[in-house]
Amino acid sequence: MDGPFVIAFRLIASGDPALMQIIGLSLRVTLTAVLIACAVGLPLGAALALARFAGRGAVIVVFNALMGLPPVVAGLIVYLMLSRSGPFGSLALLFTPTAMIIAQTLLILPIVISLTRSVVEDLWAEYREQLLSLGAGRLRAVPTLLWDGRVSLLTGVLAGFGRASAEVGAVLIVGGNIAGHTRTMTTAITLETARGQLGLAVALGIILLTLTLTLNAAAWGAGQWARGRLG
Amino acid sequence: MKPVRDSPASILPLALDGMGYAVAGKPLLSDITLRIETGRRLIVMGANGAGKSLFLRLCHGLIDPTTGRRLWASGEGRAEAQAMVFQRPVLLRRSVAANLDYPLALEGLPRAVRRETVARTLDRFGLNALAERPARLLSGGEQQRLALARAWAMRPQVLFLDEPSSALDPSATKIIEEMVAQFSSEGITIVMTTHNLGQARRLGEQVAFLHRGRLIEHRPAAEFFAGPQTPEARAFLAGDLIW
Amino acid sequence: MIHTRRIIPSAASGLALIAALPASAQEFITVASTTSTENSGLFGHILPMFQEETGIEVRVVSQGTGQALETGRRGDADVVCVHARAQEEAFVSDGYGVQRFNVMYNDFVIVGPNDDPAGLRDASDAASAMAAIAGAEASFASRGDDSGTHVAEMNLWTAAGVEPSGTWYLSTGSGMGATLNTAAQVPAYALTDRGTWLSFENRGDLEIVFEGDEVLFNTYGIILVNPERHSHVKAEQGQAFIDWIISDDGQAAISSFTVGGEQLFFPSAASQ
Repeated sequence: MDGPFVIAFRLIASGDPALMQIIGLSLRVTLTAVLIACAVGLPLGAALALARFAGRGAVIVVFNALMGLPPVVAGLIVYLMLSRSGPFGSLALLFTPTAMIIAQTLLILPIVISLTRSVVEDLWAEYREQLLSLGAGRLRAVPTLLWDGRVSLLTGVLAGFGRASAEVGAVLIVGGNIAGHTRTMTTAITLETARGQLGLAVALGIILLTLTLTLNAAAWGAGQWARGRLG
Repeated sequence: MKPVRDSPASILPLALDGMGYAVAGKPLLSDITLRIETGRRLIVMGANGAGKSLFLRLCHGLIDPTTGRRLWASGEGRAEAQAMVFQRPVLLRRSVAANLDYPLALEGLPRAVRRETVARTLDRFGLNALAERPARLLSGGEQQRLALARAWAMRPQVLFLDEPSSALDPSATKIIEEMVAQFSSEGITIVMTTHNLGQARRLGEQVAFLHRGRLIEHRPAAEFFAGPQTPEARAFLAGDLIW
Repeated sequence: MIHTRRIIPSAASGLALIAALPASAQEFITVASTTSTENSGLFGHILPMFQEETGIEVRVVSQGTGQALETGRRGDADVVCVHARAQEEAFVSDGYGVQRFNVMYNDFVIVGPNDDPAGLRDASDAASAMAAIAGAEASFASRGDDSGTHVAEMNLWTAAGVEPSGTWYLSTGSGMGATLNTAAQVPAYALTDRGTWLSFENRGDLEIVFEGDEVLFNTYGIILVNPERHSHVKAEQGQAFIDWIISDDGQAAISSFTVGGEQLFFPSAASQ
């Protein structure tokens, strides 16, 4: 039997359509989830950094704790929501890529919110007087602080991407690992392991790792470049 | 070339009437009564901890007095036609030109006006070569020059400066002083704190001397430097430590 | 520059994107089935034939029997195809399913280390084989997950008069493949369906040490989820799938599925 690296290389080189479909779906689901989590989490995290209200501390603690939300629990919650017997059953979203996106968004959102809050809070301490002097109120400061914190924020977004692309618990429950429809790299790895096809499982793992590595390297490079370029 | 507001209704004089500021019942600044007239160059002096920076922040409206009043000619609200330059200015992580554009965009000026103003400001302060450089990567002197240029671009009637050259070397300090003098000659009212007695003598028309949160002397600069009336000011000018 | 007025449209387009995702024009049904059928590759073999004939795509969610029936009860599948007769009949009599049809059977085998420390190769029937494992306190890896296979295992322990417990009894709480991976590592005995076993590659030291007793036969039933309980159930297409799989064509398709030259599933629709 060929080693997993040989299998992995052959799978990639052959452009196996089933494999490409799995990789494509994994990326689509995770990137969409990251996008939504950023669209919601960046402004929300920044607002949390600048706003002062009763119970703010509790909200911060809850979001920090949710960063450790086990994926299966997130999956279970989304499953119960989207099941035909659940409150959103009529949307017929269970066992679809959309359900997987929702579950992963739930996983990434606390990371984006918490990290954004911490980055923006630090920046605000540095920028507050200057921005007020220039005529920016708290609300108007939000986009400015997000933009000036962009390099640090990218790290948080990447952490979110890493968590989502690596998790299997949530997508397995809400996606159902349906061949050609909701099978991602991680659920395929789980399946191939269950089938005792360890070579294929390891091969998929290598592909997943390579993708994650490439993305992180690109982001790190961009960060370094931005630090050098923008100070 | 003067920075002229569209509707130059004067916000000055600024009248401070028994203004004070306390934190947790502890007064840091008390009972300041003072008028800042149009076109003056007022130097705020005093030892460390006398309340100079706090005084500027209260005047500029970054914080509100806990006692007394701060009244602009335009009313009680925070007047718009003012700017402040900090000891360590915060420049945004973007280009020099974008830093100049930022407060103009906040003001809601049309894009064409902003572009024209930024170009004019870059020209005026010899920053053209640096326009596309990241502001954070400039030298300390260049950064402070940009901060002053940014303040000027906002077309203020009054400019507050908090120790603007204390972190700079003599040649950069000289450039900053020249800029402040030019602003003043264009009619911008200057309120500035400084530790540097030479700088105070060179730039000051009026001196306000603070001691332990109180205004104990406010006179024309020439008179102040020739013969301060209070022992604290005398000691300060003599270089003694006073508390 | 990130401005609020640019964030808001990007959030909106993100939401529009998810809203657009489920739009799939193709006709499909969802079948909740067991890991054994999916893992063996049976569905991969027969479903393309059905789709070619009818144009209906079958999306198989493979779960444990208990979970698959729960999926059906909640209305999240149109058809369930599992192997736990008593539970299937309860599913129908409780009104969750319309009617149960025999589809096929395969059999369970007991696999174990090839040195066979409990001597299962000499056992006369399945119950005595299980009793021998317990007697020797030889390691045994159990699914422990209320799956059809686990239920069958518990029935065998009962028949053997043994209440399995002790350090030799390893309840993995996971699927068949994961349990076999554990058994190969220990090594331990395990009850598995033949289909999963034949397509399982990571066998290590394990071999079939007992097979052939009639009580080890494992019958699969197929049930349409009751549209009277869940009105969204695609009854027509679901019934078309059931009709096809118990038809001569479907049964022949099942017979034609082999792994390593061995037939894994045997048609049983004739014996309703």
